[in-house]
Amino acid sequence: MRRQAIVLLALVGLLVATYLWLYKIGLIGVLQCGTGSCEYVQASRFAELLGVPVALYGVAGYAALFGVGLAGLRPRFAADRRVTALLAALATVGFGFTLYLTAIELFVLHATCRWCVASAVIMTAIWAAAVTGRRQSGDGSSR
Amino acid sequence: MKGFYVLLAGVAVVGGGVVWYSAQRKPAPAPSAPAAVVPAADGFRGYTLGAASAPIEVTEYSDFECPFCASFATVQMPVIREQLIGPGKLRWRYRDFPLPSHRYSRYAALAAQCAGEQGKFWEMHDRLFEQHQWARTGDNPRTLFRDFARAVGVDLDKYDACMDAQRYAGRIDASVQEGEAAGVRGTPSFYVNGRSFGRSTSDDFKALVDSLTKKHK
Repeated sequence: MRRQAIVLLALVGLLVATYLWLYKIGLIGVLQCGTGSCEYVQASRFAELLGVPVALYGVAGYAALFGVGLAGLRPRFAADRRVTALLAALATVGFGFTLYLTAIELFVLHATCRWCVASAVIMTAIWAAAVTGRRQSGDGSSR
Repeated sequence: MKGFYVLLAGVAVVGGGVVWYSAQRKPAPAPSAPAAVVPAADGFRGYTLGAASAPIEVTEYSDFECPFCASFATVQMPVIREQLIGPGKLRWRYRDFPLPSHRYSRYAALAAQCAGEQGKFWEMHDRLFEQHQWARTGDNPRTLFRDFARAVGVDLDKYDACMDAQRYAGRIDASVQEGEAAGVRGTPSFYVNGRSFGRSTSDDFKALVDSLTKKHK
């Protein structure tokens, strides 16, 4: 059940990150942001890291979580602790990156992007599910 | 488990459809009203960045002491310079609009104008915004601005003479007058061909340029 939640959340996160990435590379003209500051955040120099759009890191991260989570749903991996550990590791990296980006929004840009907030909430939920799964796995249960 | 995969497929199809639909949407159209010009006392209409042949010109009314202007200048402007001004898609015009509520913004505007007299306006502009701590301390920034001027390569004797005489006060007054006539209420404010461009962001400018480029094709 926990891995199903991770897979579903990773898919939604993947869609959000893809949307932001398509905007960043110019395939989407205007972000649907309502009252947020999406364009402001996305156009800032912090929207790229090492020359790569931050959203693309999100696409890669969510895709990895989705792929590993999906594989972990297969019966042969259902009790595999390595999958649980890998999910927890990926989610922790993603969560750390999310914390960094959220701090940039709050304390440097003083602006928030709704899509970034959505992604942060999704990644936090994935992290909580993955880490909880890891702990339970360590206690003896599989997932 | 089968129901879960159906749910996944549903989310993927609906979400993918929304993303695909968004990618098909056209950018906002470009404003096209004629410009309203209020010339300065010496005919000066602001320092510009970018090619004169650029298809569109943005006029920015800004205040050096304004934190939002500093944020725009340091976060958004580098992207605009790189992606729109540098490639010749956009021309940028800077106009002073020092707000009365800011103690040293007019002084900063004078400093930038005096640096501009020696061809260093944008260097001084960048310095004033990038090292914006001066706007928060409340201290007299005279010495600091001189340091900025020295750092950007301005002849300090000429700079001091310019500042002491408030040589470009008329330009700043005219710029404020022009802004008020155009309806500027706060900073930064942006105008494209004389029409207010609202709370513009890099995205708006990008959409504007995209729209105009398509028109010209």
